[in-house]
Amino acid sequence: MWSLSGITNWVDQWLNATFNPTLTLIIEMVIVGVCVISLFAVLGLVLVIMERKVSAWMQIRLGPNRVGPKGMLQSFADTLKLLVKEGFTPNGADKFLFNLAPYLAIIVAMLLMAPIAFAKDFHMWNLNIGVLYVSAVSSISVISILMAGWASNNKYSLMGAMRSGAQIVSYELSAGLAILTIVVLTGSLNLNDIIQSQANGWWIFKGHIPAIIAFVIFIIAVTAETNRAPFDLAEAESELTAGFHTEYSGMKFALFFLAEYVNVFIVCAIGATLFLGGWMPFHIGNWQSFNHVMDFIPSSIWFMGKTFFLIFLIMWFRWTFPRLRIDQLLNLEWKYLLPISMFNILLVTAVAILGWHF
Amino acid sequence: MFIVKYIKNVFSAIKSLLVGMRRTGYYFTHHKEIITQQYPDNRETLVLPERFKGEVVMPHNENNEHRCTGCTACELACPNGTIKVITKFDITPEGKKKKAIDKLVYHLELCTLCNLCVIACPSDAIVMAQTFEHSVFDRNKLTKVLNNPDSKIMDGVE
Repeated sequence: MWSLSGITNWVDQWLNATFNPTLTLIIEMVIVGVCVISLFAVLGLVLVIMERKVSAWMQIRLGPNRVGPKGMLQSFADTLKLLVKEGFTPNGADKFLFNLAPYLAIIVAMLLMAPIAFAKDFHMWNLNIGVLYVSAVSSISVISILMAGWASNNKYSLMGAMRSGAQIVSYELSAGLAILTIVVLTGSLNLNDIIQSQANGWWIFKGHIPAIIAFVIFIIAVTAETNRAPFDLAEAESELTAGFHTEYSGMKFALFFLAEYVNVFIVCAIGATLFLGGWMPFHIGNWQSFNHVMDFIPSSIWFMGKTFFLIFLIMWFRWTFPRLRIDQLLNLEWKYLLPISMFNILLVTAVAILGWHF
Repeated sequence: MFIVKYIKNVFSAIKSLLVGMRRTGYYFTHHKEIITQQYPDNRETLVLPERFKGEVVMPHNENNEHRCTGCTACELACPNGTIKVITKFDITPEGKKKKAIDKLVYHLELCTLCNLCVIACPSDAIVMAQTFEHSVFDRNKLTKVLNNPDSKIMDGVE
């Protein structure tokens, strides 16, 4: 049957037969790099138009409907506009850091792509500490935001960057603890092992209430970590104009914008991998015929479907809830999410030791 | 009892968030609720809300008769001098002099569409129209005379 892993194996064999191993490795790296960059471009275009349509429909509006059929080419037009705009650097800014920050943001997003399994046997790097790698690398993104805010030489930017720093540092704790519940249940840090352990049911169903609590906390924490509403204090259009990227324009602004959307995709992919079984099809106990029908759907479709479901959930949050104040934000983390997730991890440890999960 | 309050807090917060999400989810799935008007495209079929206020007009019947008695209540009610009533005296068939309007001048460029003149009018002579495409190249065109030329007051309106 047609599958993505079949294509990669075929390409690998053909390259190995044609070139020597070193050259093959280099060519494969280049191919992977090109694939990641094109995935970024496609994700940027798709997620921007999706966000605009979802927001419009939730606010009883029509959304973009002029460029292309039903306005679906709007994001192409926007990208073209951003490409021809001047990438302006303010006079008082620290030029080196100012220009470095957007690239750092996008590099973090790229690094996070590495351990994600997009389909059955289709991933860039089968890393045995995938979960640790993801939570470690994702915390670098705060540096790019602080760098942008500091180098802009602008009060609004600095204020946004400081808020973002406080927010990401505190919400990383509960995101990490939520991820840890699945690690406790699985006993592995490898993302592929975690997916394999969900062959007979996803953790959100198998793990009872602790897994559901962990899922809710994870979604809240990653919404905060990606700086999206209701936790978008770092940008806060109404108070800080645009927060840390106030001074950016043209493609440098577009890179921040792209990094935000790619980060949303990545955290949703991680969430889908940990709680919803990654590319694993949906199986119900002993319903053989139902399970076979589900197996027939390609694993990449399953992965993308789950990821986009979570992305839709996060967009739903964004266009429903009002923005939190900074003290409410920190209250929510330190008084509610962190104690609950600490209690939850005790609960899940008990469940795992006593074997109460399925 | 702190812990009970804490747990109650968490659940009431989740409940209120779900109520909000249910509302937006309803709008997301029910596109018939969309209120956007695609204005220049639907110019022929555009339906404005009943209470939309476009400009002050004076309706006339088929005999070119209006209901304005020239009492200047609208002029007095207007907060920024938009309406100017110029009166004249008609001679009735019985030989009496009767006050009537010569011109009711209306400055659309000054009007804030506050509706006070329409409320003040004792004989319902002026109403709010639903037109809204008012832009013109010459400012003088915005100064309008509301009563038609040679129009008379309707019988029975005092």
